[in-house]
Amino acid sequence: MAKLHSVRLNEDKCVGCTNCIKKCPTEAIRVRDGKARIAEERCIDCGECIKVCPHHAKSAEMDTLDALKPYRYTIALAAPSLYAQFGTPATRPMVLAALLNIGFDDVYEVAIGAEVVTKGTCDYLPLARSSSRLPLISSACPAVVRVIQEKYPGLIDNLVPFDSPMEVTAELARRDALARTNLKPQEIGIFFISPCPAKRTAVTNPIGNRLTQVDGVLAIAEVYPQILAKLEKMNPDQVVEFEQRILADATGVGWGASGGEAMGLQTEKYLVVDGIHNVIDILEEIENERLRDIEFIEANSCMGGCIGGPLTVANRFSAKSRMNRYIQEALVFEAEHQDSVYKPDRDVIRPWTEMPQANNALTLDPDIFKALEKYEQMEKITHHLPGLDCGACGAPDCAALAEDIVRGLAVESDCIFKLKERIRSVAAQMSELEFEMNRHTKPAEGEQEHGHT
Amino acid sequence: MIEPVKLEYKIRGSDFINAGEASSGTKKALNRLGVSPAAVKRAAIAMYEAEINAVIHADGGEAEVFIYSDHVIIRIIDQGPGIPDVSLAMQEGWSTAPDIAREMGFGAGMGLPNIKKHSDDMSIETEIGKGTTVTITVRFQV
Repeated sequence: MAKLHSVRLNEDKCVGCTNCIKKCPTEAIRVRDGKARIAEERCIDCGECIKVCPHHAKSAEMDTLDALKPYRYTIALAAPSLYAQFGTPATRPMVLAALLNIGFDDVYEVAIGAEVVTKGTCDYLPLARSSSRLPLISSACPAVVRVIQEKYPGLIDNLVPFDSPMEVTAELARRDALARTNLKPQEIGIFFISPCPAKRTAVTNPIGNRLTQVDGVLAIAEVYPQILAKLEKMNPDQVVEFEQRILADATGVGWGASGGEAMGLQTEKYLVVDGIHNVIDILEEIENERLRDIEFIEANSCMGGCIGGPLTVANRFSAKSRMNRYIQEALVFEAEHQDSVYKPDRDVIRPWTEMPQANNALTLDPDIFKALEKYEQMEKITHHLPGLDCGACGAPDCAALAEDIVRGLAVESDCIFKLKERIRSVAAQMSELEFEMNRHTKPAEGEQEHGHT
Repeated sequence: MIEPVKLEYKIRGSDFINAGEASSGTKKALNRLGVSPAAVKRAAIAMYEAEINAVIHADGGEAEVFIYSDHVIIRIIDQGPGIPDVSLAMQEGWSTAPDIAREMGFGAGMGLPNIKKHSDDMSIETEIGKGTTVTITVRFQV
């Protein structure tokens, strides 16, 4: 079975501290036997634990450049956030050329797929309005889709029901490659250069469609040094060649940072939220029907959007500043080269064929009667625990420990305060018993004297 | 008959910062119990509206939630001014919310009608000068 998530733990580096358990938005991590354990069914691959771990014990299971080997023809898909990793004098054509030079046969901008999705979302808005599916929620960030499946399944119908820019671009790339070469589809390898582990999981477990067009996902951080090296020995002719290719416009490029997706939509009634904990707050607001004036929600799991992804290299704020420059350059390019800017092709939009399902990993028991019983018990135990939420037991807070106890995964004495209480009472019992024992076994003073005489 | 799970919350008046804690806690509980997303959503919206009403109009109150295997009963009890004309208050757009609440986006006169819309049963007991109890029932299966 395909793995449900891509965040991995390096046991040797994990010291069993409480940083990750505290930060996980779905309470998917527990420290057991001194090591963090990730609950597969709860992890949404947001990468918060990767960012917060001071010991770098969390990593993402990603593909490496070795994954290119089995294919006769390979194509790299550049996420818009990739550009922002490189400062001046790098330009978009230069970054694309450098990416090609590290060993691909062709490169595509995912910004092109982003434009297609923007167009599709604009066209879908009236339908969403009439079928009361507002606000529409962007489905481009897989971690957001997964958190909705797990914590807000009532909002699944509000998701934009199309494949992400990555899939759309992969579809375009494969189509073009098949037309241009005489290769079979399986001889063409398409690799996404990704800012996050969630995108890899979206390939091993596709969202909305059973099939993916992407053959592998590489971390931006993995290819960063190679791209940097190629940028340093860039052939000017090649850059000119790339400047003459069809490039994505500013709408697509802008998707790399928070706010970029909403920018291209034909509605002013949008809201942009980033950071998974903030996203959860907004989802709560939507579910309570508190955002009645909003038609579109752009939600990104990472602060700053994809440029804040856990597998990026550049500091998020400096990446944001660079992103603005790339957008400005795209606008200038658009104004100067009308015919070499990509025109979104409507027929490549890939509507979802199967809506994402609710994930019931948080449900206490499939049988509601048992669930009610467990809930009652859980409340009692929570009440009984010290309420310090210290995390020393390995669960993020007292309520989570109570849940683990009810699920049979922990015991009350995992709480060090409860353990201390027990030790104290056992010690008291011991000394009481000792006293009793002495009283029965030691002869009385007078008797003793009597015995000696 | 199995005993229902009972949840209790204090609702503090004019506390817009923490308003919604009771309904969000109830929602979490219903999710844990595996109640269908649609029913959770209805219960959460209905309860949220009633909770906000108590915050705006009644200087707070209490929430009592009884979760059974196939339905939930939510009771929002306040010792506020009472509702003089319930049928008027049930009309969409009718509101007596103070300006400050309206400025924050509350009190659009959608509260009671919205509770009715999202619940299977709703009853209001109210007495002028004594208070109001709104009882909401949401069934899990349609």
